[in-house]
Amino acid sequence: MVTIKDYGDYETAWCPGCGNFSILQAVKQALAASNLKPYEVLFVSGIGQAAKAPHYLKANLFNGLHGRSLPVATGAKLANPNLTVIVESGDGCTYGEGGNHLLAALRRNIDVTLLVHNNQIYGLTKGQASPTTAEGVVTKAQPQGVASAPFNPIAVAVAMKAGFVARGFAGMIDELSALIQEGIAHQGFALIDILQPCVSFNKVNTFAWYKKRCTPLPSTYDPTDWVEAIKVASEWGERIPIGIIYRNERPCFEDRFAVLSQGPLVGRDLDRELVKEIMEEYQ
Amino acid sequence: MKDRNHNGRNILNILIGGEAGQGVVTVSQILAKGLVRSGYFIVVTQSYQSRIRGGHNSFAIRVGTEELIAPQESVDLLVALDKDTLTIHRDELTSSHLAIVDEAFGIDGDSILRVPFEDLAGKRFSNIAALGVVSALLGLNQGLLIKTIEDFFGKAHLDAAKGNRTAFERSYGWASERSVSFKRLTHIPEPAGRLMMNGNEAIALGALSAGVRFYSFYPMTPATSIGLNLTAHAQKMGLIVEQAEDEIAAINMALGASFAGAPSMVATSGGGFALMVEGVSLAAMTETPIVIAVAQRPAPATGLPTRTEQGDLEFVLHAGHGEFPRAIFAPGTVEECFHLTRRALEQAERYQSPMFLLTDQFLADSYRAIEPFDVENAAQVRAGEGTAQATPYRRYAITKSGISPRLLPGATENLVVADSDEHTEDGHITEDLSVRKQMVEKRLRKGAGIRAEAIPPEWEGETNPNLLLVSWGSGKGAVKEAAARMRAQGEKVAVLHFSQVWPLVPERFIGCLESAARAVCVEGNAFGQFARLIRRETGFPIEGKVLRYDGLPLTPKYILRELGQK
Repeated sequence: MVTIKDYGDYETAWCPGCGNFSILQAVKQALAASNLKPYEVLFVSGIGQAAKAPHYLKANLFNGLHGRSLPVATGAKLANPNLTVIVESGDGCTYGEGGNHLLAALRRNIDVTLLVHNNQIYGLTKGQASPTTAEGVVTKAQPQGVASAPFNPIAVAVAMKAGFVARGFAGMIDELSALIQEGIAHQGFALIDILQPCVSFNKVNTFAWYKKRCTPLPSTYDPTDWVEAIKVASEWGERIPIGIIYRNERPCFEDRFAVLSQGPLVGRDLDRELVKEIMEEYQ
Repeated sequence: MKDRNHNGRNILNILIGGEAGQGVVTVSQILAKGLVRSGYFIVVTQSYQSRIRGGHNSFAIRVGTEELIAPQESVDLLVALDKDTLTIHRDELTSSHLAIVDEAFGIDGDSILRVPFEDLAGKRFSNIAALGVVSALLGLNQGLLIKTIEDFFGKAHLDAAKGNRTAFERSYGWASERSVSFKRLTHIPEPAGRLMMNGNEAIALGALSAGVRFYSFYPMTPATSIGLNLTAHAQKMGLIVEQAEDEIAAINMALGASFAGAPSMVATSGGGFALMVEGVSLAAMTETPIVIAVAQRPAPATGLPTRTEQGDLEFVLHAGHGEFPRAIFAPGTVEECFHLTRRALEQAERYQSPMFLLTDQFLADSYRAIEPFDVENAAQVRAGEGTAQATPYRRYAITKSGISPRLLPGATENLVVADSDEHTEDGHITEDLSVRKQMVEKRLRKGAGIRAEAIPPEWEGETNPNLLLVSWGSGKGAVKEAAARMRAQGEKVAVLHFSQVWPLVPERFIGCLESAARAVCVEGNAFGQFARLIRRETGFPIEGKVLRYDGLPLTPKYILRELGQK
């Protein structure tokens, strides 16, 4: 039986009151509840305060470049599908720098869980607009207010019929933990956009701001209803829906590779007779 | 051909030209394969435009009874599938040439063989009819060529197979009955079982023979066919080939797969490599093995997408922010493409570092006749065979060699932590500056091992030469042949050729440079990048340069002309 203690407890580099603490707690709870041992899990992260999160628990980790976690995770999962692969990074990393990789991941539907700490601001670089910052928000880098419309990851993922699309809130740890556990269990790509306050740089979307708006979806809500999900995905205002917004049972990407039916690519012996056969085709 | 000369020729240049979409490459590949199966050696130069239809493409086959190492511009036998081919290649024709043209072009002349393609084969099979005529003129065995055509098309539709055969037989018969004064090739009684392979195919085969398990790519000429060759065998060999959304994804995917334990490789050309560069630095920092093949084409920017150049040496050498060791292998032949790919994969794993293969369009597309490789005894590259030296496991344990024992995530209960930030021995972010210093030194110590394994340059020719030609990569054959021709004229010439261009170990070759009265660096770029690199590393100034940057490959003739020789 795996417990939350197996995932350790570490000092962090985050500001006191940061939403990341709750997310870290929810992740550990979800891993323990999934009965996964630390060595069975591979985290892949990028750059940003969120991307540091996997350093503060026990697991395998590849902390790579800004925006490039999804391709790394894709390669690792294809090489060894036995690994539980979780990508953890922020809104800048995932929706900005790595936008093209997100689109490709939604299309591929590889069995990877993507946790996006979405605080609607760049924290590590001290307060510039992120792809999810609301229009008109004034920052040091955008003194006239943000001129672009915010990116809606949920709407894009639902429109693409991604396998599992959910929104969580750092202020609702148990609900968030349950979402992460479901995302890990889901066979296919799972996007969990996690709203969190940034106490240092986002003075608009504060804890109280989120708390007032974040509302769990009713138990009667059917996340397999795509048309309904499209409507819910575009909801963002006085009420922000929390929970599994859409899910389906599309086949996972790795199941399309027949070579993986014989097990992971890792550790296989080379069949030199086959190499010879291929070489002889050039005769 | 009844009066044809029975003393065959030992060397010949054939050029088949036409518009894109006319089947120039198809018919040329079949002819080249037929020649190899008949026991001849070949060097192929493909010249094509970046378009799918129209324009002008050519496929030149230099064929000989003895081993050939370089291309040659002159044309003895021209096969013009369109009218323009005749005009475009007029200046390359030798005095004893023959041009094969469609009767319908309405062109006539002494050295022109007008063929009624439409009558012989109809429009659909006219390129196969051209093959029939050429095969007859060269004295190739009809049955062998028919078998080659059938092998090429595989189990195609019956009517297509029948059409090809009929077209070939009728045109072969037609040409055999003509009275054409064209000296055929000397017959080879017992052909050796050589392979016909180009540079990219040899890279793919080398990678398969080493046990590559993951390859990701974004299509870019002239590198694409490496991935296509691997894809063709992926199911059989148990590897995954994935077309990524861009080159950034390609290299990061390969790094993820490699980190998880699959020997991995990517290939691209200059522009795609520019996108991969941050990933190169990531491979170095996380100490993740990867092989990156860069098939060069003329740049800057999109440049000449389908032509050749050696202009990215300095780029590949310096690509990636920060300081870290690497090796750059520059194959000079198709055989070296195979062997150096294997070596790059082995060293990538041994040194847990990025390793490069630097080729170009000429070598990528240049078919040769080669001896089969000893694949039955080829060693397999195995990932992450280290053992944990301490508990808990430290991915970046400081060692004398700089190489830390590599474990794979999920393979044992040990946790494997890799970080692009500067990190502690256990792989976590650090800003401890004394650790930073230790880690830099640890990574650089791996460079000593890479340096010790560097392939020394190859010397050929006289000692204390009057002229030393220095070359690297795909220029090898052209430079060696140019030197041999000068030696045949009584000149004291030698060649110093590099098949690994980094790291350079000056003490292994500085004496060679100093022993020559004059040194000239021959390379396919405008800066003389390799000459600059030699000077930087040795202090030795190579004053003479033969450079080519018009998009065409180095040839003996070009080199001799630039040297002021005939």
